[in-house]
Amino acid sequence: MAEVLVYVDHVDGAVRKPTLELLTLARRVGEPVAVHLGAGADTAAPVLAEHGAVKVLAADAPEFADYLVVPKVDALQAAYDAVSPAAVLVPSSAEGKEIAARLAVRIGSGIITDAVDLEAGDEGPVATQSVFAAAFTTKSRVSKGTPVITVKPNSAAPEAAPAAGTVEQLAVSFGEKATGTKVVSRTPRESTGRPELTEAAIVVSGGRGVNGAENFPLIEGLADSLGAAVGASRAAVDAGWYPHTNQVGQTGKSVSPQLYIAAGISGAIQHRAGMQTSKTIVAVNKDAEAPIFDLVDYGVVGDLFEVVPQLTEEVKARKG
Amino acid sequence: MSLRIVVCVKYVPDATGDRHFADDLTVDRDDVDGLLSELDEYAVEQALQIAEDADDAEITVLTVGPEDAKDALRKALSMGADKAVHVEDDDLHGTDVIGTSLVLGKAIEHVGYDLVVCGMASTDGTMGVLPAILAERLGVPQVTLLSEVSVEDGKVTGRRDGDTATEQLEAALPALVSVTDQSGEARYPSFKGIMAAKKKPVESLDLSDLGIEEDEVGLEGAWTKVDEATERPPRTAGTIVKDEGEGGKQLAAFLAERKFV
Ligand SMILES: Cc1cc2nc3c(=O)[nH]c(=O)nc-3n(C[C@H](O)[C@H](O)[C@H](O)COP(=O)(O)OP(=O)(O)OC[C@H]3O[C@@H](n4cnc5c(N)ncnc54)[C@H](O)[C@@H]3O)c2cc1C
Ligand SMILES: Nc1ncnc2c1ncn2[C@@H]1O[C@H](COP(=O)(O)O)[C@@H](O)[C@H]1O
Repeated sequence: MAEVLVYVDHVDGAVRKPTLELLTLARRVGEPVAVHLGAGADTAAPVLAEHGAVKVLAADAPEFADYLVVPKVDALQAAYDAVSPAAVLVPSSAEGKEIAARLAVRIGSGIITDAVDLEAGDEGPVATQSVFAAAFTTKSRVSKGTPVITVKPNSAAPEAAPAAGTVEQLAVSFGEKATGTKVVSRTPRESTGRPELTEAAIVVSGGRGVNGAENFPLIEGLADSLGAAVGASRAAVDAGWYPHTNQVGQTGKSVSPQLYIAAGISGAIQHRAGMQTSKTIVAVNKDAEAPIFDLVDYGVVGDLFEVVPQLTEEVKARKG
Repeated sequence: MSLRIVVCVKYVPDATGDRHFADDLTVDRDDVDGLLSELDEYAVEQALQIAEDADDAEITVLTVGPEDAKDALRKALSMGADKAVHVEDDDLHGTDVIGTSLVLGKAIEHVGYDLVVCGMASTDGTMGVLPAILAERLGVPQVTLLSEVSVEDGKVTGRRDGDTATEQLEAALPALVSVTDQSGEARYPSFKGIMAAKKKPVESLDLSDLGIEEDEVGLEGAWTKVDEATERPPRTAGTIVKDEGEGGKQLAAFLAERKFV
């Protein structure tokens, strides 16, 4: 069977969940070969093997951390040259998309970004995308070169499928452009202890209706009672009530959890773009006319300062 | 020497309108009003600020798009850009990101540049990959997704808020940057700006001016193919209750019924 390259998104060898989803999708079109760049390949390899990687191509060099994007493109291209894969799959993070895009032009291939599903087709992998703020679903394929496809988080449930996962060193020589953009400093984001927004099964988001940073603990309290991630609308982020990393929507994160709870959010098109594919949607809003109610499975017209605390208490009580 | 800035701006269908696909599965640009992509207003704004801080700078706004795309250029000119370039050609219909980047790259080289400024993503395609591809094609450093940017002493520096970390970046000019909607609100065109824009030069170019063959672009030249586009069925109407003091409890019961609790 043809091999499929899967780019590994990890933090020092801790593999992030979207990569496991990618391995699962990759098995539909070929044999997954993982590409691990940076430290921690030995930590990552057993996890990648468990999820179907027949091989792990590993490379580590200071360039990956010291310069932006291009060294990783050079390395992925080296893997591409070594394997001649049937497709290249990359997680749809901001960086993942940039790496994939540059690789695509280099190898003369078309690129599809933000796929939400992938299946084998007669003329190569068929990618499902959700477009125009999720108002349409499209099926597309790459018609020239080796398909390069980036896939959004939560597009598949990771399945175990043990394979060899043998680690092989990948030889990479960096081009002269690799050191063009220097990363002068890097401040890792502090963990909140809550699930990662894009990976969470449940997301609780607050909007302008939360009316102040001092009230966001109300949203956090509900999130914690459900083991959920916390999101925010752009209005709440722009007001400085919650960090931009938690913004849900077109210019924030796009989420697709099992359950999305919107509190004090009107449901503007740009917000919907980032959450409309959630499986179950629930809203609390005091305006019965708010567009968010067009999307909901269950909506409460009411004051979030009454409804949310009561909900949190009731969830806690039910969980015992 | 003058700092030559080229800003790439896209003319897009209004996101609040009823966006659709045309019969050939390209974006329908006829039935929905178009405008300068809101995310590219941030690019114009940052270019203006960089120009204001430089001794001498010239801003060219560049678009690849249909006749109406001139509106987007006018808006950018009225915000304060100096001149505009419009690449327009019937053969461009249906061009994908690979083709668009080819055309933009040639046009940018035609204009001459020290700095290229892009938005973070277009509001219709929302791929957010064009800036990276353009940097690859131009062979200049990619300094993308910046929430803060400045240019000094032949260097561009900026802050990139990534998924797992915030990075401080630096590259020598010539370079390409893209800026996010966290980079600062875009200014509104003033009345004076709107009047002045009417007199600013807009250069029109077609594919032959740029030495691009028609089979390198357009629907036929695209390296990806959309086979199917289906409108998402409207979500089935949910249950909506008015809170009469028990709203939180009712909601909890719903969540329990769906096995979330
Ligand atoms: C290019 C572009 C990109 C954008 N990207 C994003 C994005 O990524 N994410 C995003 O979210 N937005 C984005 N926006 C902004 C978007 O258009 C809306 O402005 C924003 O989503 C509104 O946030 P909101 O719903 O919190 O605020 P509002 O629209 O002001 O809604 C607040 C809601 O809270 C309700 N409310 C008030 N008080 C209470 C209370 N006590 N109890 C219950 N309900 C209450 C009100 O009835 C109202 O419906 C973008 C806009 C543009 C132009
Ligand atoms: N047709 C176009 N004309 C000019 N600039 C464009 C065009 N398409 C995309 N861009 C630029 O590329 C950025 C990212 O676009 P995209 O990758 O399509 O989301 C936009 O914010 C613009 O700066």
